[in-house]
Amino acid sequence: MQEEYILKATDIIKSFAGVKALQGVNLEIKKGEIHCLAGENGCGKSTLIKIISGVYSLDSGKVEFNGVDQTHQLSPINAIMNGIQVIYQDFSIFPNLSVMENLAYNSELMQKRKFVNWKRFRAIAEEAVSKINFNVDLEAKVGTLPVADKQLVAISRALINNAKLIIMDEPTTALTKKEVEALFRIIKDLQSQGIAILFVSHKLDEVFEISERFTILRNGQNVKDGDTSELDSDKFTYYMTGRHFENKHFTAEVKDEKPVLEVRNLSCEGDYQDVTFDLRKGEILGITGLLGSGRTELALSLFGLKKPTSGKILMDGKEVKLTSVQEAMKNKIGYVPEDRLTEGLFLDQSIGRNIVISELKDLSSRIGMIDQEKRQSEVGRWVDELKIKVADPDLPASTLSGGNQQRIVLAKWLATNPKVLILNGPTVGVDIGSKHDMHAILHELANSGLGIIIISDDLPEVITNCSRVLIMRGGKITGEVDPLQVTEADLAKQVTDVAVNG
Amino acid sequence: MKNDATFSMRIKNWYGHDKNFARLLIIFILVVVAFSIINPSKFLSVANFQSMVYQFPEFGLMSLGVMLTMLLGGIDLSVVGMANLTAITAASTLVAFVPEGASDGQTMMVIVFAVALGIIVGSAAGFLNGNLVSRLHIPPILATLGSQQLFTGIGLIITQGSSISRLPAMYAETGKTLVAGFIPLALFIFIGAVIVLSIILNKTTFGTSLYMMGSNPVASKFSGLNNTAVTNKAYMLSGTLSAIAGLIMLVNYNSAKPDYGSAYTLQCILIVVLGGVNPNGGFGKVGGVALAILILQVLSSGLNLFPTISNFYRQLIWGGVLLAVLTLNYFTELREKKRISTSYKDDKPKETAKA
Repeated sequence: MQEEYILKATDIIKSFAGVKALQGVNLEIKKGEIHCLAGENGCGKSTLIKIISGVYSLDSGKVEFNGVDQTHQLSPINAIMNGIQVIYQDFSIFPNLSVMENLAYNSELMQKRKFVNWKRFRAIAEEAVSKINFNVDLEAKVGTLPVADKQLVAISRALINNAKLIIMDEPTTALTKKEVEALFRIIKDLQSQGIAILFVSHKLDEVFEISERFTILRNGQNVKDGDTSELDSDKFTYYMTGRHFENKHFTAEVKDEKPVLEVRNLSCEGDYQDVTFDLRKGEILGITGLLGSGRTELALSLFGLKKPTSGKILMDGKEVKLTSVQEAMKNKIGYVPEDRLTEGLFLDQSIGRNIVISELKDLSSRIGMIDQEKRQSEVGRWVDELKIKVADPDLPASTLSGGNQQRIVLAKWLATNPKVLILNGPTVGVDIGSKHDMHAILHELANSGLGIIIISDDLPEVITNCSRVLIMRGGKITGEVDPLQVTEADLAKQVTDVAVNG
Repeated sequence: MKNDATFSMRIKNWYGHDKNFARLLIIFILVVVAFSIINPSKFLSVANFQSMVYQFPEFGLMSLGVMLTMLLGGIDLSVVGMANLTAITAASTLVAFVPEGASDGQTMMVIVFAVALGIIVGSAAGFLNGNLVSRLHIPPILATLGSQQLFTGIGLIITQGSSISRLPAMYAETGKTLVAGFIPLALFIFIGAVIVLSIILNKTTFGTSLYMMGSNPVASKFSGLNNTAVTNKAYMLSGTLSAIAGLIMLVNYNSAKPDYGSAYTLQCILIVVLGGVNPNGGFGKVGGVALAILILQVLSSGLNLFPTISNFYRQLIWGGVLLAVLTLNYFTELREKKRISTSYKDDKPKETAKA
């Protein structure tokens, strides 16, 4: 008899050192369906996947592949043998090897071959990429490919081993809108070949667009599952967070018509050209564009990390030369960087140190002795002010969740008392609840007179939170829109429009 | 109730921080007791203690220098080279400028000048290392291996391979002064350096910058720290400390030679790692390193008590201990990480429920 479910996980319980990560979770995936597993960070999604793929062992429960009980045989090899492939967020590929080697390596290993046959390598690789019509130079080193292509390499590799179910762990995190669309086409195509997809995400629009059925977890428990058509955005957010949110448009109260920051014809060869804009106190200015549009380079120039080749930057009407971060800080500019983990935080160092690092000079005497009392009260002040959930500020920053980590980076810059705060992707990898909180904090800051720039390709984010939005494409500012007048689809079109871009 | 929880966590945390120090203290007591039992007449003799007290400030100061660079995730393999170059500079200055039959006052002036010059040379050598690392981005291990050869080479040319001796007697006499009547000057300087360094590391912006940059140099750049300046300062301080060590060696040996103390390089690294400094940077305390210096000195003097263990074994023992400590650290760190991530991870279900 044909079994309906490719995967059936029942009543899975898993604890880590006494903390229950999964408290009796169920997940059922039908053959050939696109299923979405949603939930906020820390809800147990990743743990569940790792149990299915055999990376973690389960405490109790039952796992069936194709109707056969596999609870006691779970292991990575067993999962692959049963046609279950996981594509992790980091893709688990070898950046130093070529596409061909990456694709063929696993199957060579599985067949326990000792010698390399390049012809066979090529044949395996060609077959793999042809399955998803993926055009790529097989000789190219994977490390040099764009993120989206890396992901396709990982998908192609999954297909080699006769996959029946591909689990994608937050596959869209590092992709632009366009790349996401391409990925979705491939997912649909895979489905037509009879392959089921488990799509792990916490992004609502993606869940709606791609999946047929969904399972939502919260705090290690099933909250809801069913057909995606029954779902709407309010319900989705509620199931994920257990909270109701209102999406309030931000409206700026401009305190002073005179701009605090003026950028005039700023260019940096090869990165961006002729960028001109103003920022006034109390405003939140959005800059949106695709990866490679020059948005990050522009931000780096405003923070003294990339020297512009021509043009002017003015603070409070006076021209400034931002040759280093220290210069930018002197001119009261703060920057919350794109990559929180590598650029924003000292993960192993204490939360307190992370908060005060940029204002150390203000906390110490002329010979550099830190005033410990002032330091403690600064840490306490920011923990309270930004409602950072901290057991003890002496614990390392790595013990915090993404949302709280981002607040620490924000606190670090607010502590320097900036006039202009630039945030690059302020809510990437932050769950819905924390995202709303972060936006509320930014609104408050703007209301208190700070000039804020949000750089983001999260279009709903810029539309609801910015008073004006600049569109950046191919290194140029190509337009400005009023967020109250524009729809998301409109804005998406302007951001990606290739015809205009040339 | 919440206060109680944070309080007990604080104690646990404090204990966790000082676990390393406690462990080293136990090791220290154990080796002292062991050698005292094995050979009390020799080990507990005044002569033995005197020789120990004069010897360890040499490599102790160099170890403190290595520590500073290792906190940045770097290393300084040129400490011995800088010490010898300093000693040679000071020695040749003394020999050249103290005329036959000079008065005490004249000699003293030349000594002060030679010491100052030596410290400047050592610090400049460290500053060179710093720039190689910070501006040219040469991996510290290669930069300082190269400069070690360079400094030794300069010393060889100055001395023509032989030693510079026949220093004015006053230099060694001054160097062996007892501060307050009972603390040898070298020990006094060492204690002073430990105190100054722990103040620098714990209480100053430079200290915090060192730790922060050591654990993530990219984030420190994005946080507005001047990475170049921090690196230069750390390597320069290492040079200054090595220079002082070189001047103490000059007192102890009453001569300078480019290949004195060549075994100290590995020993310093062993001490710093044993003292609990993370070789990847970001973590380590002066107290731990100071204790590790004492442990090594006791071990080293203790080994002398066994005529059957020849000096040839020393390298083998130091190398073996270094690898053993690194292995042990790997496992304790692993356990520590697990402990932290399981007991404090705030995005675990229980916590998010409140969100």
